[in-house]
Amino acid sequence: MAASPPILSRRRYQIQRAGFAALLMATLVTVVPIILIAALILWRGAPAISWEFLTQPPRQGMREGGILPAILGTLWLTLGTGVLAVPFGVAAAIYLAEYAPESRWTRTIRVAIISLAGIPSVVYGLFGLGLFVLFLGFGTSILAGSFTLAIMTLPVIISTAEEALRSVPQSFRVVSISLGGTQWQTIRRIVLPEALPGILTGVILGLERAAGETAPILFTAAAFFLPRLPTSPLDATMALPYHLFVISTQVPGMPIRLQYGTAAVLLVFVLGMNILATVVRSRARARRQW
Amino acid sequence: MVAVVETANQTTRLPDERHALAIRGLSLVYSDGKESLREIELDIPVHAITVLFGPAGGGKSTLLRSLNRLNDLTDVRHRSGQVWFDGQDILQPATDVIALRRRVGMVFARPVVLPMTIRGNMTYGLELAGERDHKHMAMLLERSLRAAALWDEVKDRLDDPAISLSGGQQQRLCLARVLALEPEVILLDEPTSGLDPLSTGKVEASLHELKSRYTIVLVPHSIQQAARMADYAAFVLDGQLIEVAPGKEIFTRPRDRRTQDYVEGRFG
Repeated sequence: MAASPPILSRRRYQIQRAGFAALLMATLVTVVPIILIAALILWRGAPAISWEFLTQPPRQGMREGGILPAILGTLWLTLGTGVLAVPFGVAAAIYLAEYAPESRWTRTIRVAIISLAGIPSVVYGLFGLGLFVLFLGFGTSILAGSFTLAIMTLPVIISTAEEALRSVPQSFRVVSISLGGTQWQTIRRIVLPEALPGILTGVILGLERAAGETAPILFTAAAFFLPRLPTSPLDATMALPYHLFVISTQVPGMPIRLQYGTAAVLLVFVLGMNILATVVRSRARARRQW
Repeated sequence: MVAVVETANQTTRLPDERHALAIRGLSLVYSDGKESLREIELDIPVHAITVLFGPAGGGKSTLLRSLNRLNDLTDVRHRSGQVWFDGQDILQPATDVIALRRRVGMVFARPVVLPMTIRGNMTYGLELAGERDHKHMAMLLERSLRAAALWDEVKDRLDDPAISLSGGQQQRLCLARVLALEPEVILLDEPTSGLDPLSTGKVEASLHELKSRYTIVLVPHSIQQAARMADYAAFVLDGQLIEVAPGKEIFTRPRDRRTQDYVEGRFG
């Protein structure tokens, strides 16, 4: 009778170790550049950041002064995008997850939404120029930019919200209905509250992407230089990503300090939203009871 | 609306006053073809425990879920026949299924408490039904929790999350939650399958108490439970109703050969 093999052979153990090492390497290869980029920008940008930089408009052909109009512009655009995209996105997700019958039609809609997420952002920009700026006559404005960014953000919000709704256990729905709930009562009182953290995460991630995009606002909202703050949604505005593009490529003799400073502010803005999303998610996970 | 069925030379209201539900020629096939029912004829007596027993996958749950139209949530390919309740065929499309489900409540095999407090679970159905009177709700809450033998264990912690209860307590909460709606019929689909013997005993004791006021239809989780609980028992095999008899008879002197084989443990 042959001897039984050892429980864990040395060779297998080594292969396993090599496998783990490869996985760790892959993780590092993705994580290290991100950390380096963030660290470099924050480190080189930090000296530029001052009270004046955050609260003053640019002066001297943008070579001095602050970036307040760009910060506020990005804030307004992000807010506008949220106001437009969130209600539509969540409503569409509720329809797809809870009401839509599994049919060819529904599948087509879903594929269309996923495809929308893959369209290059500059295409959205041109679309926005054609529809909102020119055809609907919004002009180059916060409104036109918000609409354009909203359309770009919708697919992200719809797919994450639908996913969040689907992750609510079916048994909750069955119980609610067996207790005499209508489908809408069940959605409003059980499903939506349970899915809310997931929906919020998707919303924040979608808006974060909108906040950092340049191409969609290039033709629809962004101004090269505006010494004053926008006063209405129909005003054009400066915005952080576009401002960064402008001062990096269009202004000769631009102090590199201000470029890094602007990049750092944008990065903190976007990372802040990211951290917010993470906090929302992990707090909800800790509270979750199923 | 009171529907009337013509028989030979008289008109009869279905179900008659001794029965809560009358099932006539009920056939049902799911789209996935998994379980089906064939020509079920069954009267469910008022204020008694009727047990539906038989091997797994034979259609007991399907039959149970037809009695409050919970099947609507599943993909049903074909359904014919009638289920009469309070003079109406509830399988008619015009049936107010929301009202029906309040009158024909259901307890599931796995205790599913809703993600809210114990009190929230108890008042959920009432609030959906538009109940606003907090005094009335508090009265129903206490009475139902007492009837489900849970009151003493939760009366001081009604605002704790329902999930903090043990499995047995959760299942009794599920029963109490149904009782709070003051239904006429209670359907129970293997309500003790996940419970320890002590909790099972409590649930069974509650059901014995409750049958003086409610019509109970129970799918038991074992043949022993079927024998313990049944005032009437119906043996369901492969989607067909094989035999219906008072509980004492069917488990001691089954008439059908297949019932006898099953009761004596030769298959299933």
